[in-house]
Amino acid sequence: MSVVTVQLGQCGNQVGQEFFSVLCNDSNNAKDKLYKDCGHERFFREGPSQDLTARAILIDMEPKVICQTIAKAAKSGKWRYGDNAHFCQKRGSGNNWANGFSVHGPKHKEVVQDLVRKEVEQCDRLSGILTMMSLAGGTGSGMGTYITQCLRDMYPHTSILNHVTWPYNTGEVIVQNYNSVLTLSHLYQFSDAILVHENDTVHKICAQLMNIKHISFNDVNKVITHHLGSVLQPVYTASSSRYSRNPIGEFMSSLVNHPEYKLLSLQNIPQMSSTSLAYSVFNWPGLLKHLRQMLIANARMEEGIDWTVRAPSVSRSDRGRPTRELGFNRSLANLLILRGKDVASAEIGGFKDPALYVPWLPVESAFSSWSSAVPFNGYEKSATLVSNSQSLLGPLNSMVGKAWNMFASRAYIHQYMKFGISEEDFLDSFTVLEQVISSYSQL
Amino acid sequence: MTQSIVVQVGQCGNQVGCRFWDLALREHAHVNKKGIYDEALSSFFRNVDTRRSDGGAAQITGGKISTLKARAVLVDMEEGVVNEILQGPLREVFDSTQLITDVSGSGNNWAVGHWTYGSTYREQIVEQVRRAAEHCDCLQCFFLIHSMGGGTGSGLGTYVLKLLEEEFPEVYRIVTSVYPSAEDDVITSPYNSILAMRELTEHADCVLPVENQSLVDIVNKIRHMSQSGKGGSVIKKDSTVISSKGGVSGVEKPFDAMNNIVANLLLNITSSARFEGSLNMDMNEITMNLVPFPRLHYLVPSLTPLYTLADVNIPTRRLDQMFSDAFSKDHQLIRADPKHSLYLACALMVRGNVQVSDLRRNIERLRPTLPFVSWNQEGWKTGLCSVPPVGHTHALLALANNTCVRPTFSELRERFSKLYRKKAHLHHYLQVEGMEQACFSEALSSLSSLIEEYSQLDATKGACMPDAPRLSIAT
Repeated sequence: MSVVTVQLGQCGNQVGQEFFSVLCNDSNNAKDKLYKDCGHERFFREGPSQDLTARAILIDMEPKVICQTIAKAAKSGKWRYGDNAHFCQKRGSGNNWANGFSVHGPKHKEVVQDLVRKEVEQCDRLSGILTMMSLAGGTGSGMGTYITQCLRDMYPHTSILNHVTWPYNTGEVIVQNYNSVLTLSHLYQFSDAILVHENDTVHKICAQLMNIKHISFNDVNKVITHHLGSVLQPVYTASSSRYSRNPIGEFMSSLVNHPEYKLLSLQNIPQMSSTSLAYSVFNWPGLLKHLRQMLIANARMEEGIDWTVRAPSVSRSDRGRPTRELGFNRSLANLLILRGKDVASAEIGGFKDPALYVPWLPVESAFSSWSSAVPFNGYEKSATLVSNSQSLLGPLNSMVGKAWNMFASRAYIHQYMKFGISEEDFLDSFTVLEQVISSYSQL
Repeated sequence: MTQSIVVQVGQCGNQVGCRFWDLALREHAHVNKKGIYDEALSSFFRNVDTRRSDGGAAQITGGKISTLKARAVLVDMEEGVVNEILQGPLREVFDSTQLITDVSGSGNNWAVGHWTYGSTYREQIVEQVRRAAEHCDCLQCFFLIHSMGGGTGSGLGTYVLKLLEEEFPEVYRIVTSVYPSAEDDVITSPYNSILAMRELTEHADCVLPVENQSLVDIVNKIRHMSQSGKGGSVIKKDSTVISSKGGVSGVEKPFDAMNNIVANLLLNITSSARFEGSLNMDMNEITMNLVPFPRLHYLVPSLTPLYTLADVNIPTRRLDQMFSDAFSKDHQLIRADPKHSLYLACALMVRGNVQVSDLRRNIERLRPTLPFVSWNQEGWKTGLCSVPPVGHTHALLALANNTCVRPTFSELRERFSKLYRKKAHLHHYLQVEGMEQACFSEALSSLSSLIEEYSQLDATKGACMPDAPRLSIAT
């Protein structure tokens, strides 16, 4: 069952290229033939001479990045992009969400739909669509939102997972908060789930865990795609003897159990430079203990975890308002994915603790666990936790606050109005997100 | 990939333009070793087969370079400067049809440049610009280069600006304006400047103001450094931002050093649009991010480094020094101190082997020292282009939308008022057909309200602005 990926904008395309690279390498290196075949089939089309072509479409409003991306893939010698799988224009979107959404989107809707259709037709069965984009720019965010809407209309029964890159707090783009607010508020209406990677978090991981001195976007993308790969590579989801055939669908049903809660974050352990990896030994109890505390204390990585934060004690009969513990991150749903040696022996009971979750959902529907005995991307043992929890509440609140402050002075609004987004549209978007913030706060 | 057209008007505009084309050729020759006419080249040059009788439309990218022609229109109302260009080593780069000249000049009179020559040459100018535009696949931007103090650059230049807006409303207009210094020898330069300012405020998408005095100061600073030549700190001659070395033109003329700085500014601002990088910054992103309100589009440029030392060991300290320098008042291209005024927005365009972590580290380091307006506390727009300028391993262009332009404009208004109060030289302007007293008063009030807008923002500096109350949702 295949996944088609749509890469949008500079970020989406740069991350996408790294993503297929990781998938290809991981599948190729796997000793388990079934894993390798399943991985290949899911993300690539295999040609007559066993050459791999990614099931992907590249979209950008200016040509430089796409050219680079396609060239880089071809250079690897192991996989490539399809010959006519891309669409680009010349002018770019100028970091203007309105330009991406109201101008480029509708203008190029048919061409993009065509490209997607052609790629989907080459899948035996389509299991889901993955989009990759950033929130801060114009094409990924604006056009990406429009295209997601189109995809939803084209494939109403297919799961669509939006992977978004959350910009650095201290600005890459001045109007990034506007663009992010507009994107998130619109995506919320028709996306199945929004999986977030924050540049600041990934940057810290590169600096403190991977020990990289001069961090480039390449390094950042490698971490992001390591995380993504650990979720989407073949895995056993139920106690069946086959690799799951519907990874994205099952992903959605595990994590998004209520339409008001769609924001997903991800934690992965262990992470380190490849040189250190050679000398490290891990055991499941240690890894899982850290991961659990990372969830509870909302730590984004395994360094600097606050061990004083505890889950509140709650008895099942006490279904009133949940007690609020300082710093505690409450979850709606969690998905734990274990890969590597001795997975069967891993003790995951700690994640089934009802204290971690909201009281109005039974624990059985709140927690799921997947596993694969095949080591992933060079790590003998690795664990990923995808959460639908309050962990993005802080960043979201901060972003909306900054955008609102800027909106109060009406700065830059004329740039959006030029392309058809009015003050009313802004207000609507703010309202949607304040609602999301309120929902998550009250967990 | 988009194309840009340079429109150079007047003596200053054409002299700066000339340096720009020379250095652009040098930059592309440095990067483009195979002689292929690539996308980067096509942003400023056409590839023409001069053997063909129609002047050739051999514009296929990917083919070998035949003859490069600049995407430019050269306008001057006296022939001296343009003739020099046509006889100089850059003559191959321009088609005779791209030049629009007259004989007698504008006599440092904005009204003559704007109204007299404007109406006379309007059709010709539109025709030439249209031809240049037709040669473009996707025209994104006009770069207008002119000075404010004279008659042609200032008067006819701003007429052309208006014309570009009318005929090509979708294409961005980025204007590089050279402002006169207080000791300028043209007596009427304040009149010319204020009359031109109004047009810039109303018709330009963004303006890069440059002051002659700042350019002089930078040139002197570099000359001083290269002459004092302390052991171990010898400057690489072709690496300075004022150097013409490696370009087509051989002999250095006066003003060349100053003009090279402005030429480098234009090369750096377009570098990310032409060359690849991990975080591209196109021209439309500049106008989007740096212009929060339509009239406040004056962006103070600063270039670093001014030179590269011959010492090859360049520690990270030098990189950080480059960022610090970008905010020092010695590197600004107008005489202003942005650090002590209020930032509305700031763009950092980095070229060369610099990674995102270096960028972030420096932003975090410098941020607390720079006052930003309350609603844009993290107002940074950043770009990373992998290709450094000739002679450097890395370079930084900072563009600041900062209230420090207010004193510059106020001073200009002062000089204007001194003359206007006495009605000095007014009759030279008013006797030109199309010119009225109202033009003066309107221009003055336009400038005053611009200064007032900046003042109001300035007043918020340092004041602790409360956050706007958020929307409350019914739960």
